[in-house]
Order: sequence, then C-alpha cells, then structure tokens
Amino acid sequence: MIAILGKKLGMTQIFTEDGKTCPATVIEAGPCCVIQVKTLDNDGYEAVKVGFLEREEKKVKKPLAGVFKKAGTRAYVVLREFPMGGLKVGEFVTVERFLKGDKVKVAGISKGKGFQGVMKRHNYSGGPGSHGSMFNRAPGSIGASSFPSRVWKNKGMPGHMGSVKITVRNLEIVDVRPDQNLLLIRGAVPGAKGTYLEIRREI
Amino acid sequence: MNLVQAVEEGFRKDIIGFNVGDTVRVSVKVVEGDKERIQPFEGVVIARRGSGTRETFMVRKVSFGIGVERIFPLWAPAIEKVEVLKKGRVRRAKLYYLRSKKGKAAKIKEKERERERE
Repeated sequence: MIAILGKKLGMTQIFTEDGKTCPATVIEAGPCCVIQVKTLDNDGYEAVKVGFLEREEKKVKKPLAGVFKKAGTRAYVVLREFPMGGLKVGEFVTVERFLKGDKVKVAGISKGKGFQGVMKRHNYSGGPGSHGSMFNRAPGSIGASSFPSRVWKNKGMPGHMGSVKITVRNLEIVDVRPDQNLLLIRGAVPGAKGTYLEIRREI
Repeated sequence: MNLVQAVEEGFRKDIIGFNVGDTVRVSVKVVEGDKERIQPFEGVVIARRGSGTRETFMVRKVSFGIGVERIFPLWAPAIEKVEVLKKGRVRRAKLYYLRSKKGKAAKIKEKERERERE
C-alpha cells in the first residue's frame, strides 16, 4: 500500500490532455514524516506512523511531545498509521509516490448536516406535498403490530447526520505536482475545505 | 493567491479581450480521426459567465435562417484564437433578447469610437 495524508484545499475545473474539462479536487498532500515504525516483534503487527503539517513544539501537549522527542523529529498536527513497509523513522512520504492515472481511496470526515429527518438522512420518499396532504416529510409506519411488538433494530429514524468518516473508492488521480505537494483528483472527496484526508493506493 | 487559484492560473490563455456584443470569429480545433483541423465559428458574443477555468462565452449566429448558439470554455485548449471582427455597442451583459429578434432588429450597432479611428 502507498498512503499519504493530505488537506482538502477546494475544487476547480481543469482541462485534461485531450482538451476535455474535468472536475478536480485540489489536495495538499504531504510531505509526511515517519514518526514510528511498528514491527511484528515489537508491536504484533507491521505499520508506519506518519505525521503531517508541522506544529510549533511549545504548542504540543506533553504526552504527545514525548512521541516526537523519542522519534527525534519535529512536531506534527495530524498523526496516522498505515500498513506500509520499507520506511525508516525520519524519512518523508511525498506525493511523488503517486502517479497520474492511479486509482485511490480517499477517506475523510464528511460535512456535518446537523439533525436531519428521514427523507434527507435515509432517502425515505415522504408523502405528497399538496392537495390537502398532511403527510409531507414524516417517516410513516415504523413497523408491524403484535409481532414483533417493538421496533426493529437499525430502523431508519431522524437524527444526527454527517460528520462521520467516509471512504470514497476508485478515485482517479488526474495530476501530481511534487513541487507544490499537490494532488489533483477527479471528482469530489469527503469533507469541507481544510478537512484532513487519508489517500491510499492498493498495490 | 491560494493554491487552488494557482492551479487554475496554469491553464490561463492570453486571449485578446472581447466583450458581450462583439462580433467574433472563434477558431476551434477539431479532431477528425487522427487529423486535426481548424473550424471557424463566427457570430455575436451574447453572454460571458464564470471566472477562472470555468469562464465560458456564448456565441450566436444565424445560419440559413436557423439560430445557432455555441458555448465555449474561454481557456479550452481547443480554442486556437478569438478574433474580434466588430465591436458592438450594447447596454446589457446578456443579449438573450436577440433570440426573439429578426432581421434589422437583431442588428447590433457598432461602437462609435472604434469607427472614428478607422
């Protein structure tokens, strides 16, 4: 696996080589510093902990500061673990590991929608809007009577929507710009501008 | 300038300035099989909208009695060049009213100052 951390900067429209327009998300990705290498002997599994976006050392909480001190690296804002190999502490993961045309998975925290009804949250169809109908956006019946005499688990109900981790698969990288640490991905990715993203490519 | 704008700037093309109301000739690159040729499209610019890479302009012409409108992305690589044939004097930004006009009523006056210079 090849993985990197990024920050969503926003969306735009670009022209591809064959002159067609293409919607693109601009992501500032990496460089990510390797903070820790987890090994089978030591930790029971293999992974690499990477940090993204430098932070002033005095602003880091003391328990976390110890992690960076042990690694001998600078302090970072975002820390994530990926099952990658062949990296040493202090090395950097950059966008150069990705190629134009790669298919990637992008994960991030989606935009929060607040408390939403069933039509928006669970795609219920609702009722008629007019002609005296008073059943507009209500969920309707939520189950049968004597059996089961209760509401089934996982029944879609109104509630909080959004602000959860979403992974979008099969997104295409349309451009890689190592001089600016930029990745351009076709289409949309989860979250608002400034959301931290995990970009992964399976080998 | 933020990085998203910087990405857009990379596609900027220096197309000579033209405004709504101008009569222009747009040279469009057309790929036929493996051959590429230039196809001109001549008409009046009736609208410009958007900004950055998303900026487009709409050109209207009347071909054999039938109105034809084409929308071009301003910075598209397929647009070879845009020549201004006539500068028009118009009082609004969108000339959609031309669609319902025929003959002399659909004519746009040329800019006075431009004519004096000639």
